[in-house]
Amino acid sequence: MKRRKFLKASGAGIAATGLAGILAAYRAPVFAQANTIHILRWNDFVPAADKVLREVFAPEVEKALGIKLNVETVNANDIPARATAAIQSGSGPDIIMLLNNNPQLYAAGGVDVSDIAGEVGKSQGGIYGLPTSMCTVGGKWVAMPWATVPALISYRKSWFDEIGVKEFPKTWAAYHAAGKKLKAAKRPIGQTLGHTFGDAPTFAYPMMWSYGGQEIDAKGKVVIDSKETVESVRFMTQFWKDAHDEGGFAWDDSNNNRAFLSGDICATLNGASIYVAALNGADKFKTDKGAPLHTDILHAPLPSGPKGTFPYHTAFTHMVMKYSKNVKGAKEFLRWAHTPANYEKWIVVQKGFAVAPTSQWEKHKMWDVDPVMAPFRTAGRGGRHMGFAGAPGQKAAEAWNKYIIVDMYAQAASGKMKPEESVKWAAGELAKIYK
Amino acid sequence: MVGAGSAAGAALPGERVRISRLTRMLESEKLLAAALLAPGVVILVLFIAYPFVMAIWFSLTSIRVGDAGEFVGLANFTKAWSDTIFQVAFKNTVFYTFWATIFKFALGMWLALLLNRHFRFKRLIRASMLLPFIIPTVLSAFAWRWMFDPTFSVMNWLLFHSGVITDRLPFLSDGDWAMWCAVLVNTWRGMPFFAITLLAGLQTISPDLHEAAALDGANAWHRFWHVTWPLLMPVTLVVVVFSVIQTFSDFQLIYVLTGGGPANSTHLIATYAYQIGVASGLLGEGAALSLFMFPVLFAVVWVQLRFMKRMEGH
Repeated sequence: MKRRKFLKASGAGIAATGLAGILAAYRAPVFAQANTIHILRWNDFVPAADKVLREVFAPEVEKALGIKLNVETVNANDIPARATAAIQSGSGPDIIMLLNNNPQLYAAGGVDVSDIAGEVGKSQGGIYGLPTSMCTVGGKWVAMPWATVPALISYRKSWFDEIGVKEFPKTWAAYHAAGKKLKAAKRPIGQTLGHTFGDAPTFAYPMMWSYGGQEIDAKGKVVIDSKETVESVRFMTQFWKDAHDEGGFAWDDSNNNRAFLSGDICATLNGASIYVAALNGADKFKTDKGAPLHTDILHAPLPSGPKGTFPYHTAFTHMVMKYSKNVKGAKEFLRWAHTPANYEKWIVVQKGFAVAPTSQWEKHKMWDVDPVMAPFRTAGRGGRHMGFAGAPGQKAAEAWNKYIIVDMYAQAASGKMKPEESVKWAAGELAKIYK
Repeated sequence: MVGAGSAAGAALPGERVRISRLTRMLESEKLLAAALLAPGVVILVLFIAYPFVMAIWFSLTSIRVGDAGEFVGLANFTKAWSDTIFQVAFKNTVFYTFWATIFKFALGMWLALLLNRHFRFKRLIRASMLLPFIIPTVLSAFAWRWMFDPTFSVMNWLLFHSGVITDRLPFLSDGDWAMWCAVLVNTWRGMPFFAITLLAGLQTISPDLHEAAALDGANAWHRFWHVTWPLLMPVTLVVVVFSVIQTFSDFQLIYVLTGGGPANSTHLIATYAYQIGVASGLLGEGAALSLFMFPVLFAVVWVQLRFMKRMEGH
């Protein structure tokens, strides 16, 4: 009797919760299909920005769209492995933040976000060229540009003043001469030539381009083995020996920040994260004379080579994954996040470290606050893509992921190979990719 | 028991026949062995054989992330063979395995002999010796990476302030130094495994044999060489086989410590296969690279096991 009573009571309960209806509809109940979006991003070099995602975006998007936002952050260098595993297994985050030209590599795993890119571009002054080339495949947007971290040189103004360099060098030769003096004074230039996503390629590719070297021509033929490339590698080898901290071979993207903030290096190619950290930690980071370190930091573009200066800036993009069970929700979230009123909350805490992918944000009042950050305001406009003058496609992404251009310089600078040998090695590696 | 008995008692004649057949089947040694082995075989098939077969299949195709690719035969293997970075990674793997195993064995044996003696706090020291082996490799590799940091290395700081060096040592920023640092960390991590296993082997050797040898006038070296070493040989071979397999296929330590750098000079087969297969999404090529480990390890294990068998015969 007791069992019968229990079954009767539970039957009533099931009826009350509508299980019969659920079973009839062959669908899980609404509460089990919560509109949750899992987004995978890097550990931002401006931690306040991650805080905005978790503490501002998450509650606000839940209120506005009913989307529960789950933000996961990992080391940027580990993202490609996560993306590969997720695409192959068909499960993982709904949105993955990708770096540089990785949207080309993972294009098959992303849904078309041309509608969002079209709307954002149209209403916000147009998307810059570099993120456009990174995110489009055959005219289709496979990822949505979120931000660009421009690479400029952060340098210690007073240290350059002390050696008589009042204005930051405009050519590689002048930078070499200044760096040589500074290294002799135990204040070397800091630069990574290691396997790391940001500072290494943003230095190596522009160095090659500034001398007229390039991986391939417009038809996709490997042309790296040229006298221009050899000349750039030869210059870098000497420049490294004379002016750089030689520990840079083993640096990742964070080492130069720490070395600069601790007063070990005079200059480094970086985003503005060093300046932002010095600004936020004014009591902690001081010059040798006891002044806040940020008062002695300025920013300058990379010097010119014989053919000019062609920067490369790190693009950060969001790919909505094809395997996601909530593509609609993921796209809704992106559309919501790119709305100026929402995006502004994230971009202002970046203080210029990351810039928006559209030109409208150049007019934002945040750029009037600090003149030291002024060079970053329009930096997003410039930049060449890896694989120039060919297409910024999958092969260019493969060459970057194998660090061929970075290693070409590292091998020569470390004395492991002669400049000519290192360039020939790079040509051989590129030929295997562009066969 | 009561339940089982009553269930059997309530069984219909047909069921009773089935039960007795099952009992008869289980009484057969062969069938019982098969039944007991089945769960293990299923696990092996699912988690070892299936991924291995998939890796072979991937290596024969042009599969890349998000694209199933097509059958390309041995193209991935020939490409890998002519790949200069792979050649470096292969040499590095052999170098790393050889030296790390030698050091682990020599230091492990020395430590085992020391720990086999009687001294105060013997148990505590034996237990604490296992710490490097117990700590997750990723964590200990991170700690070593900080100690070898190009700018803030505590080693450099100590050596500089004690007047031993005047300039920083390039622990991880020079290819050769970085390789030896990796060997050092691997030795530090793997030595306790050697020590504790050899110690277990040492404790199975009867002290009577040593006493008899000593009475015959054998000194410490002779006792080690003619008594301890031959009796310890089977244990040593097993430990070396395990160590060679683990070191040859090492990934975590190099990935965290150097990432294969500088300029690919510390890449091992496993880290390079990961860079190509997982980070670059070229799954077919990555699988082919990783499969190069198989024949080498197979040969090493086969030779050592044959040697052990021959020893057992003697």
